[in-house]
Amino acid sequence: MTTLTDPPKESFRLSMLIYDTRYRSMTIQVVALIGFLIAIGWLISNTANNLAELGKEPSFGFLWEPAGYDINQRLLDYNSQSPHIRAAVIGLMNTLVVAVLGCITATVLGVTIGVLRLSKNWIIARLMTIYVESFRNVPVLLWIVFAMAIITETLPQPKDFRGEDAIATMKLGDSVAITNRGVYIPEPLFSSGIGDVSVFNDAFEVSLDLMAILALLGASLVISGLIKKRADQIQAATGVRPTTWYARLGVIVIPMAILLYVLGFHLGYPELKGFNFTGGTHLRNSLIALWLALSLYTAAFIAEIVRAGILAISKGQTEAASALGLRPSRTMNLVILPQALRVIIPPLISNYLNLTKNSSLAIAVGYMDLTGTLMGITLNQTGRELETVLLGMLVYLTISLSISMVMNWYNNSVKLRER
Amino acid sequence: MKKSVFLGALTVAGIAAGGVFAGTLDDVKARGKLNCGVTTGVAGFAVPDANGEWDGFDVGVCRAVAAAVFGDPTAVEFVPTTGKTRFTALASGEIDMLARNTTWTFSRDVDLKFDFVGVNYYDGQGFMVPTALGVTSAKELDGATVCIQTGTTTELNLADFFRANGISYEPVPIETNAEGQQQYLAGACDTYTTDASGLAATRATFESPDDHVLLPEIISKEPLGPLVRHGDNEWGDIVRWSLNALISAEELGVTSANIGEMSAGTNNPEINRLLGTEGNLGEMLGLSADWAKNAIAAGGNYAELFERNIGENTPIGLSRGLNAQWTDGGLLYSPPFR
Repeated sequence: MTTLTDPPKESFRLSMLIYDTRYRSMTIQVVALIGFLIAIGWLISNTANNLAELGKEPSFGFLWEPAGYDINQRLLDYNSQSPHIRAAVIGLMNTLVVAVLGCITATVLGVTIGVLRLSKNWIIARLMTIYVESFRNVPVLLWIVFAMAIITETLPQPKDFRGEDAIATMKLGDSVAITNRGVYIPEPLFSSGIGDVSVFNDAFEVSLDLMAILALLGASLVISGLIKKRADQIQAATGVRPTTWYARLGVIVIPMAILLYVLGFHLGYPELKGFNFTGGTHLRNSLIALWLALSLYTAAFIAEIVRAGILAISKGQTEAASALGLRPSRTMNLVILPQALRVIIPPLISNYLNLTKNSSLAIAVGYMDLTGTLMGITLNQTGRELETVLLGMLVYLTISLSISMVMNWYNNSVKLRER
Repeated sequence: MKKSVFLGALTVAGIAAGGVFAGTLDDVKARGKLNCGVTTGVAGFAVPDANGEWDGFDVGVCRAVAAAVFGDPTAVEFVPTTGKTRFTALASGEIDMLARNTTWTFSRDVDLKFDFVGVNYYDGQGFMVPTALGVTSAKELDGATVCIQTGTTTELNLADFFRANGISYEPVPIETNAEGQQQYLAGACDTYTTDASGLAATRATFESPDDHVLLPEIISKEPLGPLVRHGDNEWGDIVRWSLNALISAEELGVTSANIGEMSAGTNNPEINRLLGTEGNLGEMLGLSADWAKNAIAAGGNYAELFERNIGENTPIGLSRGLNAQWTDGGLLYSPPFR
């Protein structure tokens, strides 16, 4: 007969928290966490105490007081009597405008330059190398200031357009004026538009004309997609692809042309009146300088990412594609780039984030973004440093996380599915 | 990432709000020098010369306070501040006083928790335009592009002025005076607006100042003066009475030239009290008896400071105007030293 002896029961001793490797790491983490929380608690209580001693209790009431200052570039209605919160929203819109424009331009430029840098043409490849190295090795703030200085110092002033023997003339059939205060381009106008509608207690005016155009465009694109789908089906069934480009184009262009005619679409041209050009859309020099500098700078990084992505694709892919008879351009577009995207997307996200955050350098050229309004003038006029800066950081955090989310979703949709 | 951003925010806030601000005088004495906030450079008011020595009308006030505290007008660390950074610098204790063309307003005094100790220059907001523009009044500026320093009272006055007159304008926000000057000269704006004294100072540095005029309208009251943090009244008193000493010295005829002679004792008891040969005013402030003598000897009395830095014989060429003594029809009026 055998006797079973239970293994000795290990009782938990306090010293095991340090000497037992099973618990040690946990102990260290708990201690670190407690230390971290104490540090945060100390910072919060210290801030609160000091603010209380200064007699400045944190409060966000100032956001509803009249701002008192004017903003030049505003996408929504705003005047100096609007509250600070509205000034912050105007600033946010301006941040988003330059971020979106910058991301698009930087991507287009970056992809082109990245591909060209791999060109077999020696001169083109070297030129692109010079571009990449010069742009990414100089701080972006300097590029922004430099772009602004070029615009203000070299382009003609509005008064140069005046008179019989004017120094400067308008371009493109007198429709575009390029001045050192910005570029004036024709604006779309609707002589028999259907007006605006107010939403959120009159907080915003939404142009019904624009809504109608967007809705129609969306509907046209859906129909165009259906035509393509049908063509795909026919091709799959018969092997012959019907010619559909005229139908797909027509379904977009014709209804749009009719709608624009009904709305009385015409262009408003800029015209020199008084001190400045009036009419038309004014792309301010600050916007152009910031947009240009941010896109050129970020494009240099994107170019390197694209180059790395392409180089990551095995040479066999190119050879296989040429063996199938694909021309080099089609090989690049259909074989290499789609695979390279999997490598490119993740670092691309962080470059989009960088561009958006770098747009806060806007104040260097007087572009009124979120940093310029909420964390600049509002901060200064109300003296609410803590509140405005916290609010500003929260907004930037939200923007960045949103960009990350969208791009991660896109990344998931293109990444390699392992089967 | 979230955590680190949050922590960073609180660190900034913690630094910004750190410290308790009683006993500024003790802090200054322990440090051995005065931290004085000035502009990043406005000719005549505060600008470093070729050797990096700060000089100017506002700088003179800083030096007077340093001389009153230490007997040494060079015991000052000048901290250049922009319109946006000046209040944070003062509130956080980075500087002990701010002498930077800062307008005394209700909300700054009450809401921002500062104490303005007096006025060293009575100013008003004006407009500068190129002569070639042919504008003779600010009311003709409908539709003009206006360069304006952000974070200033002038920004608010500008909005009010154009709104009150029902005319429109396009603001071009700029950060510093130098930037404004560059934009204005490049024609990126039609007119530059700031305090009239600042405009005169800026114009004086142009290659051809005569090609630019100041428009006659003065659209606001801008009493510019030194300020300190609210809550340390002893320190506020020192700065206030150092400034008053300069003003009184002019009124009483005490100059940097005759101060040695006068501090030997005069027949005028107020001069004697001011210069510390009678009474114990210095002791009341917690300073030496000859505090005011040192302050005046540092750069001269108010008139000397004015004439040397911004007066009619300098390139800036400002006349005394409102800044004359009350006995000469101006607004300068120091309470008595008694």
